[in-house]
Amino acid sequence: MADTLIDAATPVAAARAPESSWRDSAAGYLFLAPWLIGFFGLTLGPALVSLYLSFTDYDLLSNPRWVGAANYVRIATSDPKFSAAMHVTFLYVALAVPLKLTFALLVAMILNRGLRGLPLYRAIFYLPSLIGASVAISVLWRQLFAGDGLLNQALKLVGIHGPSWISNPDTALYTLVALSVWQFGSPMIIFLAGLRQIPKDVYEAAEIDGASRSQQFWRITLPLLTPVVFFNVVVQTIDAFKAFTPAFIISGGTGGPIDATLFYTLYLYQEAFAYFRMGYASALAWVLVVIIAAFTALSFLSSRYWVHYDG
Amino acid sequence: MVDLATSDEIPHPRNGRGRALIYHVVLCLASIAMLYPLLWMLASSFKPDSDIFGDASLWPRHFSLDAYWRGWSGLQVTFGRFFLNSLVVSLCSVVGNVMSCSLAAYAFARLKFRGQKFWFALMLGTLMLPYHVTLIPQYILFLNLDWVDTFLPLIVPKFLAADAFFIFLLVQFFRSIPRELDEAAMIDGCGPWRIYWIVILPLSVPALATAAVFTFIWTWDDFFGPLIYLNDMNSYTVQLGLRSFVDSTGKSDWSGLFAMSTLTLLPLFVLFLLFQRLLIDGIATTGMKG
Repeated sequence: MADTLIDAATPVAAARAPESSWRDSAAGYLFLAPWLIGFFGLTLGPALVSLYLSFTDYDLLSNPRWVGAANYVRIATSDPKFSAAMHVTFLYVALAVPLKLTFALLVAMILNRGLRGLPLYRAIFYLPSLIGASVAISVLWRQLFAGDGLLNQALKLVGIHGPSWISNPDTALYTLVALSVWQFGSPMIIFLAGLRQIPKDVYEAAEIDGASRSQQFWRITLPLLTPVVFFNVVVQTIDAFKAFTPAFIISGGTGGPIDATLFYTLYLYQEAFAYFRMGYASALAWVLVVIIAAFTALSFLSSRYWVHYDG
Repeated sequence: MVDLATSDEIPHPRNGRGRALIYHVVLCLASIAMLYPLLWMLASSFKPDSDIFGDASLWPRHFSLDAYWRGWSGLQVTFGRFFLNSLVVSLCSVVGNVMSCSLAAYAFARLKFRGQKFWFALMLGTLMLPYHVTLIPQYILFLNLDWVDTFLPLIVPKFLAADAFFIFLLVQFFRSIPRELDEAAMIDGCGPWRIYWIVILPLSVPALATAAVFTFIWTWDDFFGPLIYLNDMNSYTVQLGLRSFVDSTGKSDWSGLFAMSTLTLLPLFVLFLLFQRLLIDGIATTGMKG
C-alpha cells in the first residue's frame, strides 16, 4: 500500500521538481535584483575600474594614461605626504581604539553590577556615539580645544594656562583621539550585552573558591568576553582607519597644522577631489584596502591564541 | 526592586551599599563630563557673542534668540533650504534602504535558489570593503550620468541595497520568524511575493524600524557624500551648510554657529528620545557601529 502510494507520487514529484526549482530560482533572483544591480554596477565594477585606474595617470579631462606601477612606487618610496598620513593614521588608531575600548569595558562592567538607573546611564553614555559623526560635533570640538575654548577656561580655574590644542601640531591629533574616546557608547553596549551572557553561577563558584575581584576579572570575565573584545577591536579599528569628518572640519580640510591631522582618508580626498589625481588616489585607496585586509587577517589568525569560543 | 537589591547584598550589606554609592557618584560625574560640552553649546547658542568666551556656565546671563535668526540666514541660502534638502535625501534613503534590503534579505533568508550561498558570501564580503575603493569610479560614473549636483548619487545607491549591513541585519531577523507561517500561507496559495508582503514584512516591523532609524541618522549625518557630489549651495544638506558657515564666519560668530549646530542635531535628539530602546537593542544584537 505504502509502496504504491510512493510509486504513484514519485513521477509527479519528479516531474514537478525541476519546474518548481526553476521557478524558485527565478523568484530568488527577482528579489535579489536590486542588490545584484548594485553589486555589479556600484561595487564590483567600480572596484575593478579603480584597480585599473591605480596603474594610470588620470585627471578626469584627458584619457587615463597607463603608467605601470609608477603610482605604487611613488607611494612606497618618495611621497612624504603619504608617510605623514600613515604616521598620523596609525598613531590615531593605536591610541583611540585601545583607549575607547578600555573605557567602554570599564563602564560596561560598572553598569553590569545591577545598579539602579541603568537605562538612564546607558542612554547618556550612548548619545555621543549616535551624534558624534555630525559636523556640529566637530565644530563644537574645535571650540572646546581652541586657545580661548572651554577646556582652557576650566584649566584657568585651577591656575593652568593651556595651549591652543587645535593649532599646535603636537597636540592637535590628541583632540581627535579625545573625540573618538568620547564616543565609547556603542562598543560599551556590545560589551554590556556580552557581560550579560556570562552565567552568574560561574562567579558564585569562584567566590566560594575564594577568588578575589581581580582574579575573577582576569580569570573569568575577560577570557569569557574575548569573542566580544575581538569583535569590537576589529570593527573599531576598521572604523578608525576610515575616519574623515572630524579631521576635515577641525583642520579646515587641510590636515594641518603641519599635517598633524592628515588622516589617510583626508589625504586621499585631497588627491582625488582637490588635485584631481584620480589614478594616484585610486592607488592610495588600494593601499588602504591592503592595510585593512592585512590587519583583519592578522586579527583572525591571532584570534586562535587569545579568543575563547568554548565558553 | 529595592527588596531584590538588598537581598542580593546580605553577605556584606554595608560594603555593598557603599560600593553602589561610589559607582553612582563615578557614573554621575562621568555623565556630567560627557554631556557638559553639549549643554554648554546649547546654552551658548542663547548667549550674545561677547558672553561665550570666558563664560563656562550653562545659564545665559542675557537670554536671546538673535543667534538663531542671524545663523538661519547667515549664508546666501537659508538653513531652511538645507533642512529641506537633508530631509528629502534622508527620507528617500530610508525608503530605498528598507525596500531594497528587505527584498534581498527575504531572498537570502527564505527562498531557495541556485548560487544562493555564493551570493550570500559575496554580500558579506562587501561589508568589509572600504568604500574608498569604489569611490572614484562611482564619482566618474555619476559625473558622466550628469548626476553631480543632484541628490541621485546619494539616493540611488540606497535603492540598490548598497548598505549591505542592513541586508545582514534583516536576514538575521527574518530567520527568526517561524517557517510554519510561510508554509501555511503557501498552502493557502500564496506565492513568494505575497508571503514577503503579508507574512514577513508585518512581522518584522521592529527590525525594519531599526534599519529605517539608523539609515535616517547616518544619512542625515553624512558629510563625505554631499561634500563630493553637491557643489551648488542650493542643493547643500545641513552638514555642508554648517561647514560653509564655519568657513564664511570663521571665528566671528560663534553663537550663530552654535545655534545652527544645535538645530542640525535636533532631529537626531528627537529620534534618539523616541527610538532609544530600538537603537540600543539594534547595536547589542548585531554589533552595529551605531
